[in-house]
Amino acid sequence: MIGQAGEQQLREVVIGVRGLLVGFGDRLIMRGLDLDVYRGEVLGFVGGSGTGKSVLTRAILGLVPKRGGTIEVFGQDIDQIGDQGRRALERRYGVMFQQGALFSGLTVKQNVQMPMREHLNLSERLMDELARLKIELVGLRPDAADKFPSELSGGMIKRAALARALALDPELVFLDEPTSGLDPIGAAEFDDLIQTLQRTLGLTVFMVTHDLDSLYAICDRIAALADGKVIAAGPMETMLASDHPWLRAYFHGKRARSIVAPGDALARTEG
Amino acid sequence: MPATPEFTIDRAGGETRLHLGGSWTLDAGAEMERSSASLVNAAAEGRTAVIDLSGVERMDTGGAWLIDRARKLLETAGVDIRIENPRPDQATLLVEAGWRAFERPRTAYGSPLIAMLVDLGESVVNAWRDFVAGIAFLGRSVVALGRALGHPRLFRLTSLVYHIENFGLRSTPIILLINFLVGCIVAQQGIFQLRYFGAETFAVDLIGILILRELGVLLTSIMIAGRSGSAITAELGSMKMREEIDALTVMGLSPMDVLVTPRLLALIVALPLLTFLADMAAIFGGMVVSWGYAGLGPEAFLSRLQYAIGFNTFMVGVIKAPFMALVIALVGAMEGLAVKGSAESLGRQVTASVVKSIFMVIVVDGLFAMFFATIEY
Repeated sequence: MIGQAGEQQLREVVIGVRGLLVGFGDRLIMRGLDLDVYRGEVLGFVGGSGTGKSVLTRAILGLVPKRGGTIEVFGQDIDQIGDQGRRALERRYGVMFQQGALFSGLTVKQNVQMPMREHLNLSERLMDELARLKIELVGLRPDAADKFPSELSGGMIKRAALARALALDPELVFLDEPTSGLDPIGAAEFDDLIQTLQRTLGLTVFMVTHDLDSLYAICDRIAALADGKVIAAGPMETMLASDHPWLRAYFHGKRARSIVAPGDALARTEG
Repeated sequence: MPATPEFTIDRAGGETRLHLGGSWTLDAGAEMERSSASLVNAAAEGRTAVIDLSGVERMDTGGAWLIDRARKLLETAGVDIRIENPRPDQATLLVEAGWRAFERPRTAYGSPLIAMLVDLGESVVNAWRDFVAGIAFLGRSVVALGRALGHPRLFRLTSLVYHIENFGLRSTPIILLINFLVGCIVAQQGIFQLRYFGAETFAVDLIGILILRELGVLLTSIMIAGRSGSAITAELGSMKMREEIDALTVMGLSPMDVLVTPRLLALIVALPLLTFLADMAAIFGGMVVSWGYAGLGPEAFLSRLQYAIGFNTFMVGVIKAPFMALVIALVGAMEGLAVKGSAESLGRQVTASVVKSIFMVIVVDGLFAMFFATIEY
């Protein structure tokens, strides 16, 4: 379960999306989208603003109704499993929302304990210790545990939200723009944190991001969304080699050049 | 269903070997805690012990934490203990999620009695600060009003008209309705009670004086505090939250001039007008009920009313209205500008605004009652 997944020859598909159709009103946002996420990888999901990156995440999580297609998570079709199966499934993934979505009436520790309290049968003491452990794992100072979300800085909120997403030791973690709103140093630290946690806990990470540095540093594969479809999926080399105009603009634009320019090899070793 | 976390004990020589098996994951939380506790008990007797992880199928941070906590407990109890045969990923987990001491957070105050007294003290100090801040805000508003009078060209007429429409015209239906109903109720109760003395016609005096002096303006003010005071707080508060107020300030515009003054003036204009409408609606309600219950026709009602009240009765109520408006707008604007960055703070301030402005409306009404009694108006 934990670790060693990347080496498997036949990789297990954790999320499989086929022919997904999602729309609002008469506007179709997902037009037959296909996507696979393999166990143990970090998948970076990119796309222009308003192309529906978050919508896809929300559709996989069951927060947005879909009009067609199938979504399988851990090999189970989310339409077929019913409420009970859905709840069992939800225990196996953690979600970090873009703005953190921490419960404002609870302290950070209580936020982390919330899913444990609902889903697990643990003693108060163990929950307390595990919550503090998770808070430390994401790099928050111990005194942050008893603070309320309104007392935290942006970076701390992201970390606390990650701690909550990890509360149940999920196999799969959804991160919605984890580094948005962080300064470059904070963003780099957060990238490292995600990578360390991913390796330690053997996580599969589905990450929606705009951050080219993150894509270079920690993503095993990248999927690009345009026109309601995944136009390309694969490692960075595939993205750089692609002829699609949007991908060229994205990965060879002015902002990307500072990362790509010193030569691909250099950028990779630095990452 | 994953295998339960368990272990077997193997005592050879002076060494206790603990073979762990099954899934040490959070799904089996309670069993795992029990196993971990008996692990400590089992090994505590011997001098050396080994925790063998080779049989563990799965382990997560919870399992790693409990195993390592057991190891630490035994170590402090003087047992020579080590962990053997972890898979590489388990070894990483045991380090990353290993035992560590957490600082216990200090409780702020020792005794609950002291905590209560601290709480009480804080509220008293805060109430005083609120009062001082209110006076200061009143001063700033007066200065802003003075500026508006000094430079009529800069005065925001559009904004004023918009707010008069919002505070005045749009609340007219509800104000008319509740005052009509209250007029009916007062008349009905008056007639019933006074009937015992055969003085039903005096119900007209009751309605006229009570409505015009007190109820009309009071009900209207309370309604407007709930409707428009809260709207002022919410509008200014959400602007504060999204840094719009800061944006105004850096453009060299004063939020007092741009946002507060038009609302303040609009409410001062609207509330007396609404009070007049409220008085009329309530008296009309009283008239309808008197007709129905006491058989007092409109003509008899009006002539009795003319006899019962004077122009001063009406003025007592209407004079109060602008002051009520001032209080409501000031409290609303002050609370709105006190909003901090978060949405909870906005909710808190809107509640505080409504509670405080209704409280202040009643206080002001009491002060006026004393004032009018003294000058015998």
